[in-house]
Amino acid sequence: MKRRALLVTAAAAATSAFVAVAPVGTAHAAGTVLIPCVCELSGAGAVSGTNYRDGAHLAIKEINAAGGILGKKIEMTDYDTQTDPQTSRALMQKAIDSGAYVVMGTVYSGSTIVNMIVAQRAGVPQITGSEAPNITQKGNPYIFRTSSGAEKGVPSLTPYFKHTLKTKKIAVAWVNNDFGKGGHDVFIKQMKKAGIQVVADVPSEQGQVDFAADVAKIKQSGAQAAFVYLNEEEDARFLREAKKQGLKIPLVGEVTLTGQKVIDLSGGAAEGAFAHVGLATSAPVFKNFVKKFRDAYNRDTDHNGIKGYIGIYAIKYVTEMIGKFDRKAFAKKMHGLTLKASKYPGMMLDTSWDNTGEMLRTSFMTEVKNGKQVVIGTVPAE
Amino acid sequence: MSEFLQVVLSGLATGSIYALAAIGFTLLWQAAQTVNFAQGEFVMLPAFFVLIALHWFGWPLWAALLFGLATAVVVLGLLFKKVVVEPMLPNTGLPLIIATMALSIFLKEGTKKFYGAEAQPFPPLFPQETLHVFGAAVSAQDILNLTVSLAVVVALTLFLNRTRTGRCIQATAQNPAVAEILGVKTKRMVLYTFLINAALAALASFLISPVYLAKFSNGETLGIFAFIAAIVGGFNQIRGALVGGLLIGVLDNLTATYITTSYRAALPLVLLIVVILWRPYGLVGTSEGREV
Repeated sequence: MKRRALLVTAAAAATSAFVAVAPVGTAHAAGTVLIPCVCELSGAGAVSGTNYRDGAHLAIKEINAAGGILGKKIEMTDYDTQTDPQTSRALMQKAIDSGAYVVMGTVYSGSTIVNMIVAQRAGVPQITGSEAPNITQKGNPYIFRTSSGAEKGVPSLTPYFKHTLKTKKIAVAWVNNDFGKGGHDVFIKQMKKAGIQVVADVPSEQGQVDFAADVAKIKQSGAQAAFVYLNEEEDARFLREAKKQGLKIPLVGEVTLTGQKVIDLSGGAAEGAFAHVGLATSAPVFKNFVKKFRDAYNRDTDHNGIKGYIGIYAIKYVTEMIGKFDRKAFAKKMHGLTLKASKYPGMMLDTSWDNTGEMLRTSFMTEVKNGKQVVIGTVPAE
Repeated sequence: MSEFLQVVLSGLATGSIYALAAIGFTLLWQAAQTVNFAQGEFVMLPAFFVLIALHWFGWPLWAALLFGLATAVVVLGLLFKKVVVEPMLPNTGLPLIIATMALSIFLKEGTKKFYGAEAQPFPPLFPQETLHVFGAAVSAQDILNLTVSLAVVVALTLFLNRTRTGRCIQATAQNPAVAEILGVKTKRMVLYTFLINAALAALASFLISPVYLAKFSNGETLGIFAFIAAIVGGFNQIRGALVGGLLIGVLDNLTATYITTSYRAALPLVLLIVVILWRPYGLVGTSEGREV
């Protein structure tokens, strides 16, 4: 009996291990170029990773229909990291071993910090959707962003807090992962520089569902505004709780707070929220892409879909510039490169990368009005 | 004072949901001497049955809720017992526990594949009004969550203690062989327990999804908190699950507000260790011997 139980246990463990590392797809065929997507297709980051992956697939479909890159069709194999950094590291190795030319992903900063070392060691360029500041501060010549990091985005809000809201005391609610911590640290430095006192500093866990204590703390702190730096679903839960407790101060975010998903999930509680976003799906420049995405997948995307899409187009344009599939030459070309949208329409906006792989691009100020994200201004690339 | 009251009331509302899920652990422990590690997913899934009826069939909310309840009772009660528990039960406890772990993964990933990875808004069952009690803002939803959970615990306790069927269920849980000799239809009693568990999970799902949102991964946190609540309160007592759930809900909020938000996730585990060291059978549980 014991032996049978042991066998059952071993079989279950082996099955779990296989499920964790098995790629979704097939080995790539000759005459194609392999660009795997190592993404969060399950777990806490599933929404972001799935949109990133689907945006990339949309671009691949268009590029392949037009003849591919240098005559080779793109083949993308999906690897599900389960939003687990260690799994992402193992899958990054697997993707590279399968002959990846460039790797797309990951989106969650906690995973990228871990797996980018593997890609760097192998000399494989990596196009990430992550925004934690330290990703491009580690001297990795093979990492490139598809949106600006928090060190570029968060400072865009300082004039709004200081001059528009005339804030003297502020609260910050942030998610305690690499994404949140990166933004939080930049925010604290910015507020210190601007002479604004941070009276409540409230971290929360990824996937947290009960924000009663967080909102109560902010409410009692005497803050005149709050900076909300959470992932999408936590944003929605925070906004619902803020509405319930009658928190009347302006709620201002970066990237996620005014996203359509947050608006839909918050059940009206997002009205009046304000955010700086690198890629606003409501901006006219992305209208055509948003429609194509909806037609292809029968759902709307968030900014991560745009990141995946432009990531693939960047690979195509840069490879055609260097005229060969050479990873080292690709990485070298990307540094200091600017792709003008007029000449490279797949980028949709003029986009530059500096020598660290950091991205520079026009960004947007948005507000939630009548249940929709509305662009109320643009911030030039700096 | 208003802040204290705010976090206590919110904690009670959240804790009442943990309690409903925790009752399922105690029921199945008594009926099948097993721990159902898919209990969190049992609470996650019925919300999606309701969403299917709402969005695919276009049914009104009340009909969708009935559909969700009926489907949950069949799938998570009847089918769970027939397909997973009964074939595994003769192989002692461990394989069954592993089977429930596998079921948890299957339900989670199946829901994601079938309905998508994104969280879905779930219609509120109660008015969205906020009441002000001594300066604390409490939603009608929170008050009704707490009321419904307390009512369920009282009703279930009365059912098990005051009705013939309830006493037969208890007799089956305590000693199936003797119960069978005394004429109790033990298989039917065990089935009733599974059906009650599924109905409770569905109720918890309907109450919590307007706040938590419906998402395939909701069961992860909920399942762990409910499991800990059941142990803290007493694994063999329904009222223990209630005590454990409410305690964890309130302490979690108080810790986050007055001590630290960074380590709030660790609190249930600390509480678990303290209770196990102090009262191994839980706060209101009773010691029980088992043959090994």
